[in-house]
Formats: sequence, structure tokens, C-alpha cells
Amino acid sequence: MDFISILSIFVLACFVGYYVVWSVTPALHTPLMAVTNAISSVIIVGALIAAAEATSPLAKWLGLAGVVMASINIFGGFAVTERMLAMYKKKEKN
Amino acid sequence: MSFSLLAAAADGVGGTPAWAMLAYLAAGVFFILALRGLSSPATSRAGNRNGMIGMAIALVTTLVTHDIANIVEIGIAIFLGAIIGVTIARKIAMTAMPELVAGFHSLVGLAAVVVGLAAWLNPGAFGILDAAGQILAVSRVELGLGIAIGAITFSGSVIAFLKLSGRMGGSPILLPGRHIINLGTLAGILGIIGYYTVSPNGGPGIGWEIIAITALAFAIGFLLIIPIGGADMPVVVSMLNSYSGWAAAAMGFTLGNTAMIITGALVGSSGAILSYIMCRAMNRSFISVIAGGFGAEDGAGSGSGEPREQRPYKQGSADDAAFMLEQAESVIIIPGYGMAVAQAQHALREMCDLLEEKGVKVKFAIHPVAGRMPGHMNVLLAEAAVDYDKVFELEDINSEFAQADVAFIIGANDVVNPAAKTDKSSPIYGMPVFDVDKAKQVFFIKRSMGGVGYAGVDNDVFYMPQTVMLLSDAKKMVEGIVKALD
Repeated sequence: MDFISILSIFVLACFVGYYVVWSVTPALHTPLMAVTNAISSVIIVGALIAAAEATSPLAKWLGLAGVVMASINIFGGFAVTERMLAMYKKKEKN
Repeated sequence: MSFSLLAAAADGVGGTPAWAMLAYLAAGVFFILALRGLSSPATSRAGNRNGMIGMAIALVTTLVTHDIANIVEIGIAIFLGAIIGVTIARKIAMTAMPELVAGFHSLVGLAAVVVGLAAWLNPGAFGILDAAGQILAVSRVELGLGIAIGAITFSGSVIAFLKLSGRMGGSPILLPGRHIINLGTLAGILGIIGYYTVSPNGGPGIGWEIIAITALAFAIGFLLIIPIGGADMPVVVSMLNSYSGWAAAAMGFTLGNTAMIITGALVGSSGAILSYIMCRAMNRSFISVIAGGFGAEDGAGSGSGEPREQRPYKQGSADDAAFMLEQAESVIIIPGYGMAVAQAQHALREMCDLLEEKGVKVKFAIHPVAGRMPGHMNVLLAEAAVDYDKVFELEDINSEFAQADVAFIIGANDVVNPAAKTDKSSPIYGMPVFDVDKAKQVFFIKRSMGGVGYAGVDNDVFYMPQTVMLLSDAKKMVEGIVKALD
């Protein structure tokens, strides 16, 4: 993709982010941080590309290290968000 | 013409098939839906599932569209990360969420750094070489910025983690001339990125420029967070959240990957908005928070050195409090970081249940900066099984104090200090606070009369005629009240 197309997507996504995040209820700001943490680890895509190639051994190992770090975040981030969200309840007794 | 366009679309761009580009776009849309779900607790879990779906799409697409030479090693790496991540997520105490989030931020930052370095070593794999075999100039800027932001996120988050988990003192550490050092380092990073972008030697391999950018960025992340005190941590954690997003976005530019760009923009804006909300709730500018030093001994605030006058106050017991609470019609509870430290949330919920059985209306009032990260108190109350529709934000409940019989303050201090409304010389002047002085009766749980909150200012609420100080550990005091109510 050319730079201008990418930039267009980026700028529009910033606006989407702005409106979506303002609509998040303050009670869920901690889960918001946990889940943004998990999704920002989509950077794992870059780590996988580096790890997949065998041409540069150092790049491969850096990539694998990146895969481990991003995976901790992805699995840990989604799991802890799920755990927190499960606690937000209205009274079910009575 | 439309045919040739279609054909071009089917081929995709830069070696990525069109379906894969659409899949990354879909992943980005799922990430937007994940955040959208958080607009209410009722839809939030579905939102989180959308996030997982988006991530699965992005992962599978990447694995399928690349010739993976090391699939076993990659599988092991993902598995290892999954085990570590899930174990931490299961075991972590809810009071420790701020340091967990800071720790996770540091991993995103470091991942961005290693991906950037790998791209520099092996630019062919990332499709960022020009015809002459050099890295594209625009990619050099993106990679330089991505590595720099990632490194700042990493070292800053490590310091935030150490401060939040108590492994490092929470008080600000002030270096002389730190503003000049910070600005100089920042200028250095940008200068080297600029120099490298126009440098004729832009081939693969890590030159001194990359090492210098990485090292300086690590240093500035460290220097930026060191002078920031414990009470400003909500802003710091939000800011680092934002940086981790921008780092992902920078890498997304390099790879031309829509999922990464959309996510980076979402996370970047999310952190920026949270930082703004936190700063607004303290009536402080972002710059002054980042410049640091709030709450330091030599910080702003006249008279912080002189001894405070001794003023008379009333002290009560758990039995007194239980008696008054029972008689009340409506009670508003204001929890603060002290509640988290004392782990008093479960006892507090028991107290709340007992009062409701006796027909008392109980509400919780939460200040945006209560705790060490945005929404920290809400999570702790949710953990203790307090209904979320009993929990209110500052602007929604502040008008109700005038009608409330009891304001019950547990582990909060600065957020109820009327000096923020009246005393222009106070360091917290202008910060929105709860109008507890309007309640008929105030109970204030505090460990002792010694400590005076993070801003280091005295609080007139202690000495009001309707205030009863409950001087004890928060959990013990609430348990005492529960016993007396039973």
C-alpha cells in the first residue's frame, strides 16, 4: 500500500478511536486498559514475519523473542480482561 | 477499467494477497467492536470476545500468508507466551492490576523494539527495500520512530511497574537540570532519525545510529518517569498505554498492515483520552504532570515545611459509626487508594449489605483519580460483588451530598478536601472534589492523624463539627462496624 492510503486509514482510525473511547463508561476504564494492551500486541504480526525467515539468524531470534512477549500480552491481556468483566454484575440474589 | 482494477485487487499489493488485506481489515474492525462493547458492563464481555476473534484472524492470516520456515519454534514461542500470560492473569490480585498493566505495557514496548531491530536486520522479509537494495527512506523514519517509542514505553513502564509494586519508592526523584537533559535527549533521538533518513548508507544491518536511537530512547523513558510521584501514576499508566499504541501504529506503517494501524490508532487515542481525563480530574496540565515532582518535599505548596497547627477533632469507635449508620436513611461511601491497600473492599460490601437489610440506601462515589489507575476502584468493588448500578461517578453524585445523612470516607483524602474549592494557594486548588462538607454527618477512616494525602496538604474535613474520625486500619475498622451492625 502506498503511504497516503496507510496515512488515511490511520487518521480515520484515530477519529474512530476518539469517539469509541469517549463512549466507554468510566467504571470500565481498567478493563479498557487491559484490553487495549492485549490488542496492541497485534504487533505480533511483525514478530512472526521476522521469526518466519531463516535468512538472518539474529533477526529470527529477535522475532521469536517478540512472539513470546506479544503472546504473554495477548493471552494474559484477554484473560485478565475476561476475569475482570465477569465480576461486573447486577444483583442476582433476591 | 473496472476489470483491471479488480484484477489488481485480486493480486493484492506488495506481495500480500487481497484476501489477506481484507482479513487484516476485518481484524481491525473486530478491535473497534471490542472497545465499543465496553460502553456498558452488559455488552463488555461480548466486546472482549470480539477482540479475541480479531486477534485470531490477524494471527492465522500472518501464518498462512508467509512461508514459515520455523513453525515449530514459533509454535513453542506462542505456547510459552500463552502459558505465562494466562498463569499471570489467573493469579494476579485485583489490587495489583496497576502494576500488571504497567508490566504488560513494557512487553508491548520491548516487542516493538525487537520487531524494529529485526526489520532493520532483514528488511527484505518486511518488503521495505528499494530498487538499490537500501531501506526505503519513509520506512527508516517509521522504524526509527517505532523503535524510539517502543523503547520509551519499555523503560518508562518498567519504572512505573517498580513504583506501583512498591519495589521502588513512590516519591519523586528529582535530578538537577532534568528538563534540559530530557529535551536534549529527545532532540538527539529526532536528530539521529533525521540524519539516518537522508544518510546514503541505508542498507540492511544495525549501524551505530540504530543503537544510539535505542539507547537514548531507553534512557529518556527512564528519566521521564523517575521524577513522577505515586499520586500521578494514573496519568503515567494512561500515557504509557497511549505510547504502546503509537509504537504498534509505527510498525503497522512499516508493514503496511491495516490491523496494526487501526489498533495502534485506537490504543493511542484511548491512552491519550484517559490521560486527559485523569489530568482534568486533578486540574493539572499534562505538561506539569510529565515535568514531574508533584508531592516532592521541595515541591510547590507554601508552608509544606512549617509544622501544622494542632486543631481539635472528634474521634469515634466502630460502635459509634455502626449506630449512626443504622439510623441514617442514605449513606454515600467514598473509597480511595487506602481501601485497596487495606484490602477492605470485601468487608465494605458486607457492611453495605447489612445496612441495606436495615433499609438504608447505600451508594458508592468514585473520583476519577481514586486509586493508581483509571477505574481501579470500580474493579475492586466489582470484585467484592458490589452491584455496578450502585457505583457513581463524581459528576453524577456530587449534588446528592446535601441530601445524604452520612458520607463515609475510606482511604481517600485529597478528593474530599474542600481546600481545592476555596484555597487558591493550595497545590490541589481547582481539582474537582466531593462536597462531603454538605453531608449531615461525615465518617473518615484514616490510619492516623499524621499522613495528609499525597498532595501533602491538611484537610479541613477532619476538623468539621459533623466529622468523626475513625482512626484505624480500614479493614479492621469496617469489620468492627460489621460486627456491631450484626
